[in-house]
Parts: sequence; C-alpha cells; structure tokens
Amino acid sequence: MGGSHAPKSKPYIKALFFGLLSIGLYAGLLVNQDLINSTFGKGGMNAALPIATAFVFSFVHGTFTGDFWTCMGVEAARKKGGK
Amino acid sequence: MHDAAAAVSNFINLDTGAILYLFAVGFVGGLVSGFIGSGGAFVMTPAMMSMGVPGLVAVASNMCHKFPKALIGSIKRAKYGQVDVKLGLIIGVSAEAGVLWGAGVQEKIKAAYGDAGSNLYVSVAFVVILAIVGSFVLLDAIKTHRSGKTDEEETVPKLAKWVQSINIPGTMVYFKAINARISVLFTIPLGFATGVLAATIAVGGFIGVPSMIYVMGVPSLMASATELVIAFVMGLGGSFKYAMHGLVDIRLSMIILCGSLFGIQLGAIGTTYVKPFMIKLVMGLIMVIVLFSRAFMIPVYMSQLGLIEKLADPTAKLFKNVSFGIMAFALILGAFIVLKAMWQGKQAEKLAYAKGLLNG
Repeated sequence: MGGSHAPKSKPYIKALFFGLLSIGLYAGLLVNQDLINSTFGKGGMNAALPIATAFVFSFVHGTFTGDFWTCMGVEAARKKGGK
Repeated sequence: MHDAAAAVSNFINLDTGAILYLFAVGFVGGLVSGFIGSGGAFVMTPAMMSMGVPGLVAVASNMCHKFPKALIGSIKRAKYGQVDVKLGLIIGVSAEAGVLWGAGVQEKIKAAYGDAGSNLYVSVAFVVILAIVGSFVLLDAIKTHRSGKTDEEETVPKLAKWVQSINIPGTMVYFKAINARISVLFTIPLGFATGVLAATIAVGGFIGVPSMIYVMGVPSLMASATELVIAFVMGLGGSFKYAMHGLVDIRLSMIILCGSLFGIQLGAIGTTYVKPFMIKLVMGLIMVIVLFSRAFMIPVYMSQLGLIEKLADPTAKLFKNVSFGIMAFALILGAFIVLKAMWQGKQAEKLAYAKGLLNG
C-alpha cells in the first residue's frame, strides 16, 4: 500500500525520534516494573500515576505509530471521509 | 525476580511470550476499534484472564489502555473530518453516569448471586442485546449491499427524522454530524444506555454507534469516529476509579496499548477507503458472532448456579475454550475485512489515478 503518487516528504527523522523515545519509555517501564507496580498499586491519590503514564505513552507512541505508517506509505485516501 | 510485587499486588509476572501475545491482541483489537469505534476491547479481558490475571485487574487494565487508544484514534479521525466532538462529549458524560449505575447493578448482583450469577447476567445481556442490535445492523448492511446503492449518501432513518423534528425548548443542541438540532433529552438516555452496556459487557459502542446512526441520524463514519470520543470520556473516568483501588496493572495496559496504537492508526486510515455500509457490516458481523461466543458460556454459569444439572469439568472447559475461540475469530474476521477493504480501496485509487494520467 504505497502512496507512490504522493510526492510529500516522509517524516523519517520524527518517526525515528519518537520511536526511540517510545522504546525508552517501554524499557523504563519493564526494567522498573517492581517499583512501578508497588507504587501505582497503592491506589488513592496514586491513581494519578497510571493515568498520567497512559497520557505520556499515548502521546509518544501514538505520534510514532502515526508517522510509522506514513513512512511505510500507508496513508488516508485522497478523497477524505470515505467514498 | 518479580515475585514480591506479584505477591503483594496480584500483578502477574510477565515473560516475552506474554508480552508478544498482549501486543498481538492489542494490534487486532486496535485495528477493529479504529474502524468501527469500539468492539476491539471485549477480547482483552478474557485474554488477560487466560494468562492468570485476576478478573478485576484485567477489567481495570483493559480500561486503562482503552482511553489513551480512543484519544489517539479520535484525533486521527478528527483529521479526516469524521468526529463531532460536542456530540461525543455530551453523550460521553451521560455514558459516564451509565457506567457508574451499571457498575452498581453489577456489584449488587455479585453480592446476591456470587461470581457465577454476575457472569450469567453479563452473558445473557450480551446475547440478548447483540442478537437484537447486531442482527438489525447486519441486516441493514446486507440490504444496502444488495440494493446496489452503496455509493449513495446514507439516508436519514425514519426514527431519526422524527427525533430531529421534535422541538423541546431549552434542551435543543446543534450537532454538526447531522447538521440539525436535537434535544439532549434524547441524547442523555442514549449515552446512559451506552455507559450501562460498557459497564456490563465492556463494549458500550455496540449500543452507542447504532443509536447514533438509527436514532439520531448520524452518518456511519461519523458515528463510529465520535464513539471514540465517548470511549475516551468513559474510559478516563473508569480508569481513575479502578486506579484509586490500585487495580490497574499499568504494564499490561501499556503493552496492549503498544499494539493497539499501531492498529488504531491503521483502522482509522481504513475508514477513508471504504463505503459507509462497511462500518455497519463489520460491526454487525462481530456482534452476531460474539453473541454465539457468550451463548456457549451460559450453560457453564447456569450449572455453577445449580439452575441446570452440573456440567462435567471437561465439558465446561470445552465450552469455555470454544467461547474464547469464537470471540477471537470474530475479531480476526473483522480485522481481515478491514484490511481487505483497505487494500481494495487503495488499488481502486491507484487505478483511478493511472486512468487520470492517461486521460491527461
């Protein structure tokens, strides 16, 4: 699925940056999972922590995945909103 | 290595296989959600439970992956002009109230009849609602396909025309999705029902999207996109509630999110290549198949409650496995249709472009 007729330049650098940032976030989460689970699992006002984490991951990883598909040539149809 | 955390918090240990499994389930679920606005999440809870995650932690972690996923999906689809943010927020707030009420009903049933009673209630609700709404949506999609009018603008259903014609002073709100004003006295119950369903079977969109299409007259593409805003509002509130009790396993949520954000972007892109009736087709198909999945679990729960003769353990296990298999099949079939439709749309676009070049 290529956007071969779309001469727009692709966001390779941005995708790489957010991709690396995303890997960093996931590595940090898994390496420190004991500490994170025990802190986040306390409940109460610590509830803000998983919510904030979800927002940060969604921004970083969401930006990466969007750019990833663009770099792969998978983009929306030219006629927006379906046929 | 992680036994201490697992022991104190009911959070399971994760190995590479589990991470890849959650990523893959997340991707397929995200793909379907990006396309029809919801419906990808219902398989997550049983998928996590099959790994040994306690039920409530699975529900909480599922919800905590849902709201960031819905946020990214709705932003993506807003770029295609498919989202009515005002409609999403208004229905979302009333859906939040529905979630709280629905969760309360669940707790009462659980207190009175135990886990099996609660599960039976959920399964019966699944089967009844999906049978009625799912078959209606699916038949409508098939009717549109057979009529050969798939390229035409969607017509406003009769019920929606009537709803749009009712003027109740002081309650009318303009929604761009329908380019008309509707009384919030109609949107509030619809949102509430969406929330109750979300609290009961984890997929409010199975009520939310059809009600926007058939009761309010919202076009299919906009209804499925706006549902993502509703899912964000509901998921955010629900996640906070569960997190207050320390039930969110953020590792599970974020790993599923990792796959589902790849999927939801793809599903959202897919909506720009298909005809609107495809939204109804995929949604209706998934709903009808999933109802059979839950139907297989009804005898299991009835047996646990002593309402029928006790099922032998191998039989109960077989029913559970068949149920999960059907559910996974529904999701994979949905994902396949989305990808196929997207591929065909892309090929048609390329062909049209090539013809355009030839014709100068």
